Amino acid sequence: MALSSHRALTHLRRLTPLRRISTDSTISIETSIPFTGHNIDPPSRNLTTSPSELMTFFHDMALMRRMEIAADSLYKAKLIRGFCHLYDGQEAVAIGMEAAITKKDCIITAYRDHCIYLARGGTLIGAFAELMGRKEGCSKGKGGSMHFYLKEKGFYGGHGIVGAQVPLGIGLSFAQKYEKDGSVSFALYGDGAANQGQLFEALNMAALWDLPAILVCENNHYGMGTAEWRAAKSPSYYKRGDYVPGLKVDGMDAFAVKQACAFAKEHVLKNGPIVSILPYFSYTTVSFSYHGSLCVRLWFMVELPFTKI
Amino acid sequence: MGTNIFMRRASSSYNIQSVSSVFASCCNFSRTLSTSVSAEVKVGGTLVSQEENGGTKSMNLFTAINQALYIALDTDPRSYIFGEDVGFGGVFRCTTGLADRFGKNRVFNTPLCEQGIVGFGIGLAAMGNLAIAEIQFADYIYPAFDQIVNEAAKFRYRSGNQFNCGGLTIRAPYGAVGHGGHYHSQSPEAFFCHVPGIKVVIPRSPKEAKGLLLSSIRDPNPVVFFEPKWLYRLAVEEVPVDDFMLPLSEAEVIREGSDITLVGWGAQLSIMEQACADAEKDGISCELIDLKTLIPWDKETVEASVRKTGRLLISHEAPVTGGFGAEISASIVERCFMRLEAPVARVCGLDTPFPLVFEPFYMPTKNKILDAIKSTVNY
Repeated sequence: MALSSHRALTHLRRLTPLRRISTDSTISIETSIPFTGHNIDPPSRNLTTSPSELMTFFHDMALMRRMEIAADSLYKAKLIRGFCHLYDGQEAVAIGMEAAITKKDCIITAYRDHCIYLARGGTLIGAFAELMGRKEGCSKGKGGSMHFYLKEKGFYGGHGIVGAQVPLGIGLSFAQKYEKDGSVSFALYGDGAANQGQLFEALNMAALWDLPAILVCENNHYGMGTAEWRAAKSPSYYKRGDYVPGLKVDGMDAFAVKQACAFAKEHVLKNGPIVSILPYFSYTTVSFSYHGSLCVRLWFMVELPFTKI
Repeated sequence: MGTNIFMRRASSSYNIQSVSSVFASCCNFSRTLSTSVSAEVKVGGTLVSQEENGGTKSMNLFTAINQALYIALDTDPRSYIFGEDVGFGGVFRCTTGLADRFGKNRVFNTPLCEQGIVGFGIGLAAMGNLAIAEIQFADYIYPAFDQIVNEAAKFRYRSGNQFNCGGLTIRAPYGAVGHGGHYHSQSPEAFFCHVPGIKVVIPRSPKEAKGLLLSSIRDPNPVVFFEPKWLYRLAVEEVPVDDFMLPLSEAEVIREGSDITLVGWGAQLSIMEQACADAEKDGISCELIDLKTLIPWDKETVEASVRKTGRLLISHEAPVTGGFGAEISASIVERCFMRLEAPVARVCGLDTPFPLVFEPFYMPTKNKILDAIKSTVNY
């Protein structure tokens, strides 16, 4: 079963558009909803794209979706052991972010890392081998689902402990500021981690030293099994930075994410850190072992992120 | 021995009368507690048994813990359970039905912040309450490490006994489960055994869990209670349905023998029992001891056993270097040096992060223990 999935995915990986697309036409679009800023003027919701970019986005997001669904099947068949946190529903975040930055910029995230790895330049073989604990995996099979890394493309993983990656991301940005190479760090975390003390410690340090760090909260409204309104007094995570400016972005809209990340990158290189929150609805249960008794499947998002493309 | 900062009970066996007197002084009211609860026992709000006093019921580990928590909440109105996701029953179902029965003001979810959870628990306990905090996996206990080590363990000592957080019990599932990987399999007990001022308790079975948990909750010292997650559903045993407690700091000889003493705790004991049974076929008579409380641990029982057998083997899942087996080994060598016939053997996890696919190689398996038994006996 694993082999046939592999063959199917190899085919998909080589999928090319069926007809030639003109790459030089420009399309003006508007993001689905305006941005909301905290202590900052948000970017404009107008941006331009091209047919080839649209096609790339669609292709890559569809690939990610198929990969996650295949991982789902492999997990249920017990070919993937341990834990498997899927990113389906969130593809727009990975794609939009990647489109706005370079490989010198760093991304560090929590355990929902399969698609970020792919967006950074990882291969399907590297991903599936890692999930199944094989030595061809990106972490030589030693890390598993939660620990994908890709050093040469600036992907710093892949972290199992909630919130622990955020101070690390701030450290990365300090090194980048030192190197003066115009690169920034994106430290991704979830709404559950937004209540961790180390996040605020990291935020303070980043603000104190004007570090080029962007803290991105991928908000699927559940921290483990608890809904955000039962865990956080203020679920407006983009405001939680207080003195650090914040931006609320529609996480289901890849172009909004791209616009926000480009804006954030430019901002932090001049002014120090920014917090942004990307609320979205996760397509499946957030983790296979967490929601056995809850009807989280009711949260299925009917409007899939890539239908917005 | 050094100063004993724990409040030790005069008698080593617990009964409800002694508990009620402790509560009477702490809580400024007196309750008459019968030696057994009513014939009807509710678990999670559902009637499960109507045995007469002293009956038992077959149940697994998480049900036994659920019953213990139920009894703790039922017998003391100032007891609280909190942690991530405990409201709907917790990821291991240990707190099922408790919020429904006792209300959301006594059984409630916390945000995802272990340091905050334990610090909050210490404060709650300092006000004379029973604060039962759940850390979702022992692997996540480290953000709370400072609170446990620097606050909970030292509170009574540094305030000259004006304040204490003895009502604090921290429960955490620990140990390998077959597929947990780095962060759902760790056994961090050794870190906490290095801290004077707290107790560390690890049950091996449902009956032990219920009795030891009730003792830990009612013990006037902060206790870290590690539950072997592998056994939550797997271990099934006849457990007394009424309120009962098992003594802390008393090890139990669960298998008598004469050739070698084996010491362990938690889920590892079932592996050691299998090794003992196999060794029996080769004519080696093994004595197996469940330590139950790791600090303060029952040195006398282990020493008496080693004086009988002359050999000691310790086994635990945590990595061998710096594991609690090292403390047991050093203490027994100090006490029994001339009696020992062979070096103390330790069959433990390897000195690596807890692996994902390599778990079978990492674990102290039955065959590793059997090999060590034979080489120790044939030394």
